[in-house]
Amino acid sequence: MLIDARDLTKTFTTADGKLPVLNGISLQLQPGETLALTGESGSGKSTLLHLLAALDTPDSGTIRHQDDDITSGNDTSRAAVRRNRIGLVFQQFNLIPSLDIAANLAFQARLAGRYDADWCAVLSQRLGLSELLSRYPEQLSGGQQQRVAIGRALAPRPPVLLADEPTGNLDEATADSVLEMMLELVDETGAGLLMVTHSTRLAGRLSRRLHLSQGRVA
Amino acid sequence: MRRAALAALVSHWRRQPLQFFTLIAGLALATALWSAVQAINAEARRSYAAAEGMLGLGSYETLADPAGRMPLETFARLRRAGWQVSPVLEGRALLGNQRIELLGLDFISAPQANLPGNPQLRETLSPNEIFLPPGIAFVAPDTQRALRDIAGLPHLIADTSLPPGRLVTDIAVADRILEAGGGIDSLILLKGAPDGTPGALAPQLQRFDRQSQGEISRLTDSFHLNLTAFGLLSFAVGLFIVHGTIGLAFEQRRPVFRTLRAVGLPLRELLGLLMAEIILLALLAGGLGILLGYLIAAALLPDVAATLRGLYGASIPGSLAFDPGWAASGLGVALIGALVAATHGLNSIRKMPLLASARPRAWAVASTASLRRQALAGLVLLLAGIAAPILADGLLAGFALMGGLLLGAALLLPLVLGAALSAGAALARGPVAQWFWADTRQQLPGLSLALMSLLLALATNVGVSTMVSSFRLTFTGWLDQRLVSQLYVTAPSEAEGERLRAWLAPRAEAILPIWKVDTPLYGTPGEIYGIVDHQVYRSHWPLLASSDTPWEDFYAGRGTLINEQLAYREDLSPGDSVTLGPGWTLPVSAIYSDYGNPAGQAIVHLPLLLTQHPEVPRLRHGILTEDPEGLARALHEEFGLPRANLIDNGSLKAISLQIFERTFTVTGALNVLTLSVAGFAILTALLTLSSMRLPQLAPPWALGLTRAQLARLETLRSLALAALTFALALPTGLVLAWSLLAVVNVEAFGWRLPMFLFPAQWLWLLALSLIAALLAAYLPVRRLARTDPSQFLKVFADER
Ligand SMILES: Nc1ncnc2c1ncn2[C@@H]1O[C@H](COP(=O)(O)OP(=O)(O)O)[C@@H](O)[C@H]1O
Ligand SMILES: [Mg+2]
Repeated sequence: MLIDARDLTKTFTTADGKLPVLNGISLQLQPGETLALTGESGSGKSTLLHLLAALDTPDSGTIRHQDDDITSGNDTSRAAVRRNRIGLVFQQFNLIPSLDIAANLAFQARLAGRYDADWCAVLSQRLGLSELLSRYPEQLSGGQQQRVAIGRALAPRPPVLLADEPTGNLDEATADSVLEMMLELVDETGAGLLMVTHSTRLAGRLSRRLHLSQGRVA
Repeated sequence: MRRAALAALVSHWRRQPLQFFTLIAGLALATALWSAVQAINAEARRSYAAAEGMLGLGSYETLADPAGRMPLETFARLRRAGWQVSPVLEGRALLGNQRIELLGLDFISAPQANLPGNPQLRETLSPNEIFLPPGIAFVAPDTQRALRDIAGLPHLIADTSLPPGRLVTDIAVADRILEAGGGIDSLILLKGAPDGTPGALAPQLQRFDRQSQGEISRLTDSFHLNLTAFGLLSFAVGLFIVHGTIGLAFEQRRPVFRTLRAVGLPLRELLGLLMAEIILLALLAGGLGILLGYLIAAALLPDVAATLRGLYGASIPGSLAFDPGWAASGLGVALIGALVAATHGLNSIRKMPLLASARPRAWAVASTASLRRQALAGLVLLLAGIAAPILADGLLAGFALMGGLLLGAALLLPLVLGAALSAGAALARGPVAQWFWADTRQQLPGLSLALMSLLLALATNVGVSTMVSSFRLTFTGWLDQRLVSQLYVTAPSEAEGERLRAWLAPRAEAILPIWKVDTPLYGTPGEIYGIVDHQVYRSHWPLLASSDTPWEDFYAGRGTLINEQLAYREDLSPGDSVTLGPGWTLPVSAIYSDYGNPAGQAIVHLPLLLTQHPEVPRLRHGILTEDPEGLARALHEEFGLPRANLIDNGSLKAISLQIFERTFTVTGALNVLTLSVAGFAILTALLTLSSMRLPQLAPPWALGLTRAQLARLETLRSLALAALTFALALPTGLVLAWSLLAVVNVEAFGWRLPMFLFPAQWLWLLALSLIAALLAAYLPVRRLARTDPSQFLKVFADER
């Protein structure tokens, strides 16, 4: 099993008091599986993804990545999980503005010590980035930037790709083509995919679907 | 509406107390340094004005003999021929242990309005009191107290309009104290005196503009220009801080501005409110700054006073009077500075669209084009600075060189740093290193103002400390050479002097008379010494340039030694003829260094001096001896000489060095202050940037770097930038030192100092700037290391 999360809870403390967001969520992701996480805005999709990506810690519950518990570790071990086991794609692309596209594409793979020049070349070619390698993020369109982000996430060949509304900032036609590329590459690498989306149309393209409501899996 | 708007605007400062503090502190520090310097300058100027302008003699032209004093008959002859002139006799005298500047005026013919003491007081004095011994003299109250117990002086009357150390008296009394033998230094040309020179009546007399003789003001001008430059520099550094904080305050409040505009506050009113806010803040900070500046000035003034006395013989009191003039100028400068710093922010608000743009805006984005323009301006300034001393002479050219150099280097800094960081990125191996360099480069626009101020502070520090240390080294070595005798003895009278020489002859290795006359050289105050033939002079005297056989010519009476100042001023080289008095010229056989002496000086073989000036006081002697201690004791017992008249060369050296140490205490203190202001500038810039750093730090964090790693990198970044800035500041500072030593010094003092390098000082300064960078990075980095992950996650949140 790639990811095995059990009984996750998360409550935020806000100015208006406590805000329970996740109330005991469990989910599993198998190798090669593509899972869509849907739910209304504010239902806790991003919060759950952040927990699974070791960006944040749950109040209770456990998360295992390939049988290793990631909830009990410290800052350093969580950073290692992010580096080595996860590919992350955000709605806002979040490229590193000071690095050119080639460096952005290779960044995580090199950080993880799994840089493979050939694979990076394949990725940039498949994502249509070959011509753009020496440019900087600000010089690219949204669709182009998101393709770089997908390439960056897949460059270290992570076992899992976590994507938070990766096409939310793109127009429909661009969104479709970007999603198409992502699904193809995920399929080829055999990685598992968990994608947050609020579009039922896009969710339909994935093998399984999980709906969040009231902090629980509906 | 307006009150609600104001409340919304001001609430920002309540939520950001640190920002409020940096804004106020930056502006206050800048104002403090500026007004401290202004205060010191104003105080000193007041004293010079008192010294020169009190007598109002600045408005009179004078007649003087460039070669020396004129006899009393000349005055009488001119008066008889109808010339409206009044005689003046000036000189320095050691009264007790006080060095006193004497000014002798003819109380009858001198312009009455310009005499010290009020007219009523003068009227109550009978002519007998004024003119018959002991006579009367006017002095500052402090000086009156210091001279109280000294016998043989005229009756001293305190006058607050006089600077300390100056004594104004009737010319006859002055003549007696100075033993001038009826000589006159110059004749004041009163109203109604003819134009031109008396011609055949007194062919040796030339007409002088009193101002051109204002030796003190000319010399001290450079000192004050120096101080003012420091003040401006500090203020510029302070402005960088204010610019940073005000820019940040504006940027952070954009949403508030937008909301206020959206709910209907007119743009004009919003700008008005912000302007009022800035003015209030500037007045608050300016007031604090003036207070602080006053304290700094009061702390520094005793040293400044000592410096001016030691270096130039100019007297200013050691205590500070509060002057609303410089307080107002400090406040004005704070206001203008704050408004200048705010223009950018106000302007961007004027252009701000009502609807928020989707893209996050970087706060300090400098386009490559503007960076290039800035670098070009820097290059132009640099070249103009270099051209200045080539094209023009004088102190101003020297300062133009320094200004152009410093500003040019500062403006070039971002470009140079950018290039260095790009090179770093190109050489970097790992992804983190690569990101580090590239990201540092991106931070540059936001930090460049602070780094420029660091560069200015460091370069000034290197420049000034190189100058001071070179000076100290040269001066110490020079003192060793120059103080050839082991013991210096001053006889109380000529008769005692003769007895002393006779007594010493069998007991000392050699007696070297140090006899001199004060006499104008080329129309400015000068002195001529006579020395005897002795080996120590040949082996020790610090010659800078000489003819082939300087000492042979000299002792054969065919040559004279002159000091560097005189040589520079009159453009004299070995072999040239120098005029030492009417009809007395000699070839220059050598030029010697004579640091710290404002006057021109010549040395001739003693017999020659005695023929030309038989009146020379024969009081001071240098004694060569194995046992200065024993001899001093014996002299004390035998002649009842006070300790002050017996000085061994060790204490003389110590006294001389002490003067120079104090000379540079002021510069040293200003140096430290400027450096701390620059450190503060970096802190504010880093704090400013750190609050906008999250979006840039979040992606690498998400991709697998820990907060601790990021914090370490941020620290390293601050250190790297400081080190790179230091690397550029060092050569800038060395060129600065060179221009101080070889251009400014020569113009101001007439002597050129060799430049020495002090790498240990550089290391120390590098360490200091790294520590400053470390301290500046500490707060923002600690904040980063403790940032809650949810803060990073907000960056990834959808709604932005
Ligand atoms: N750091 C936080 N502090 C307080 N509340 C938060 C925080 N992050 C998210 N929330 C709240 O938790 C709820 C779930 O947010 P999120 O997971 O982003 O929803 P989704 O991604 O499904 O739209 C929202 O009400 C949001 O306002
Ligand atoms: Mg979300």
